[in-house]
Amino acid sequence: MRQKIIIALLALSSILLVRNLYVMFLQLSDELNQGAIWRIFYFHLPSAMTSFIGFYIGAGLSVMYLWKKDLKYDALAAVINEVSLVFALITLITGMIWARIAWGIWWAVGDHRLTSYLVCILLYAGYLMLRRSVQDPAQRASLSAVIAIFASLDIMIVWKSIEWWRGNHPGPVLSIRDGGGMAPGWEGLAYWNVLAIVLLAIPMVLIRHKQEQMQGEIDSVRRFAHEH
Amino acid sequence: MKTLRQALVITRKDLRAELRTKETLNAAVSFSISVLLLFSFALDPTPDQTMEIGGGVLWMIFLFAGTLVFNRSFARELPNDCLDALIASPASSAAIFLGKCFAGFSMMLIVEVLSLPVFGLFFGGRIMDHPFHLIITLLLSTWSVTIMGTTFSALTVNLRLRELMLPVLVYPMLLPAMLAAFKLLTTLVGGQPIGDEDMQWLRVLFGFNLIFTSLALALADSILVN
Repeated sequence: MRQKIIIALLALSSILLVRNLYVMFLQLSDELNQGAIWRIFYFHLPSAMTSFIGFYIGAGLSVMYLWKKDLKYDALAAVINEVSLVFALITLITGMIWARIAWGIWWAVGDHRLTSYLVCILLYAGYLMLRRSVQDPAQRASLSAVIAIFASLDIMIVWKSIEWWRGNHPGPVLSIRDGGGMAPGWEGLAYWNVLAIVLLAIPMVLIRHKQEQMQGEIDSVRRFAHEH
Repeated sequence: MKTLRQALVITRKDLRAELRTKETLNAAVSFSISVLLLFSFALDPTPDQTMEIGGGVLWMIFLFAGTLVFNRSFARELPNDCLDALIASPASSAAIFLGKCFAGFSMMLIVEVLSLPVFGLFFGGRIMDHPFHLIITLLLSTWSVTIMGTTFSALTVNLRLRELMLPVLVYPMLLPAMLAAFKLLTTLVGGQPIGDEDMQWLRVLFGFNLIFTSLALALADSILVN
């Protein structure tokens, strides 16, 4: 059943992606100021939204774990955070590529969007590193649940405080993205691609979840073998 | 009230143990003085430059020294299974956690008070112009480091890679508090009082402390018993 759902979602996502790529490159024209590079936005924003949704679902599941003490919430939270981390990385890299071409620099210290994503990546990379270094499943689950809750709150404060770092009014570079808006007919495609990327992320979570379950079974067989 | 009394008992125990052995304080103070010395050569700033970079340098050193303090905070209880005894004691998890926080907080403040004159000696700057503002800033930002440091010290105490995992987790978490501390200390090192413009950073520190202190106390059971 799970296999069929995975294949169906992947098929749906690839059809959508092909359709979106077709519209993106063959139907929409270049942007006036930015040229062709603006299309990276169609992958940047959906990845950002996917990872953001994922991290908060992960935090919610972590709360559920601390409440119910059921390891299934922990396993799901872990794989969702892991997949979200991948999309956060994509967000960061596409954002940097765009910044290089639009602003002429790879990295703007104090740009709250990119920097918050970097902090996010560092936090969840730490989360995954920590999970690897703990053997006992219950201990690992409560440790990582606490960290996921702390991280999800921290990210919001990071976002606001970096925004304030450069003073209250954002510099001219940021206003392109703040106030510019998009041409009519361009914005809809972004939401279609959000859907495509979310549909891609769900099977990734399901596959990783399956792997984690198998890993758990292998571990318990190994423990059994050691004992006898 | 009971929680606070229990917390203070644990703080007293920790500080007494620390004052007898001085293992953490010796390490943290000599570390911060030697890093200050290294920075004074690495940057070799003019008085004007000191006013620009001094606050950042100072807080980076406090943060590193704080890592040394909090690495030991719970690890000190590991020999003879003292941690298990503490958890089994009638004190609640929140009380144990708060007690550890107060102890780490006091140790970090001692390190800061001892490092500040050395900073003045090597770098100059006019950090003592507004002592009251300096005290407020140091208290608030040290508490941010304390709450994160103690939380993650407790979380990582049983790990093999404890000393490595603590900074990896704590530094990114502390970013907002550190931004505020950098801004405020930079203002103070420049001899300026904390005006309206910087009030917002005091609020960041205050909000950060409020949110994470209440979160850590609420999750104290999960943080300690793992």
